[in-house]
Amino acid sequence: MKVLTTNYITCAVKACKSSSAAFPLHFKDAELVQEELELNSDFIRNVLPRIEWPALVTTAVELGFTTLPSTKPAPEQLDEKMLQDLHTLLVETQVTEGKLVCGNCGHEYNIHQGIANFLLPNHLGINLPTPFV
Amino acid sequence: MSAKPFAAVAPEQYEAAHVHQVYQQIASHFSATRFKPWPIVDRFLREMPTGSVGLDIGCGNGKYLNVNPNIYMVGSDRSSNLVQIAYDRKLIHDSFVADALDLPHPTGRFDFAISIAVIHHFSSPERRVASIKSIISALKPGPTGQGGKALIYVWALEQNNSRRGWDEGHSQDVFVPWVLSKQYIKAGSESVKKDSTLDAEANEEGKPQAKEVTYQRYYHLYRKGELEADVAAAGGYVLESGYEKDNWWVICGIVG
Ligand SMILES: [Zn+2]
Repeated sequence: MKVLTTNYITCAVKACKSSSAAFPLHFKDAELVQEELELNSDFIRNVLPRIEWPALVTTAVELGFTTLPSTKPAPEQLDEKMLQDLHTLLVETQVTEGKLVCGNCGHEYNIHQGIANFLLPNHLGINLPTPFV
Repeated sequence: MSAKPFAAVAPEQYEAAHVHQVYQQIASHFSATRFKPWPIVDRFLREMPTGSVGLDIGCGNGKYLNVNPNIYMVGSDRSSNLVQIAYDRKLIHDSFVADALDLPHPTGRFDFAISIAVIHHFSSPERRVASIKSIISALKPGPTGQGGKALIYVWALEQNNSRRGWDEGHSQDVFVPWVLSKQYIKAGSESVKKDSTLDAEANEEGKPQAKEVTYQRYYHLYRKGELEADVAAAGGYVLESGYEKDNWWVICGIVG
């Protein structure tokens, strides 16, 4: 799961959707990898206004990125270094193992081998009849 | 074959058997047949402004996740085996496992969403409307041209030019077979054992060996106008709609 994705994720439990405690979800035991991707400066410039900045700062600190400014950089502050730093954090950094925890209901979502699973208990363990003809 | 989704089984359980489990089993074979983006979907994604953030609900093998490198897409699918295929392709975008009726997304933040050949797998009218509501409530609200946009595709009842031969008057709830060919059957897997009596030949040890396995997927075939009506029932508005190659599609939004 990429860091940018976590800025667009909340708890799957319906009752949590309206709770500010459910966003962002909190990382636990996160293991990271960096995957080098070509910088797309136009993309970073244009995605920045869409990002919930305080949530991103929270996520970044949980993952050990402590140099993010506390307020969203203004367009004129987006020099080459800032663009590269944001690119690295948002799209190159992936959480490969760990958990995402809801601050409202406490539900933990697993991330394993890079893939998060947001199925809820009621989606799982259904006794399956055979799908065959 | 006509399917009866309103029997004694709860829709969740019905879909688990006739949709989720089938896609888990056929994921590799299904993915191998799904690589060419449909033109209307392709255009919808390419026209999104740089920096747009969107969803692909029921992303399957992720074939739409790399159409436009200047946007960001978050794909999800109920089948972990299909998500694994999407993930392994190392796309610039992201994907995970989620249920379309319980998406882990905040409301009102997305510039766009696509859901291609997905909501026709829900087996009750209420669940189909709920799935559209789930998708459009993730969009930025706003009147025509100002809010986020969702492109939704479903299979049409009116397919009189296709080999399947469905058309007006046919049952809308059907089973559609997927014949899983031999090379995609995992040796010793549960599926082979379960089905070996149906389509099997004896190998030299005299044990049955499956040649192929036929799975039945449940579909609700949409009739003309039904998709637009479901969007309205979900609280959305239709911007554009049409018919393309056995499918009905809409581009829709939500006022909020
Ligand atoms: Zn929660």
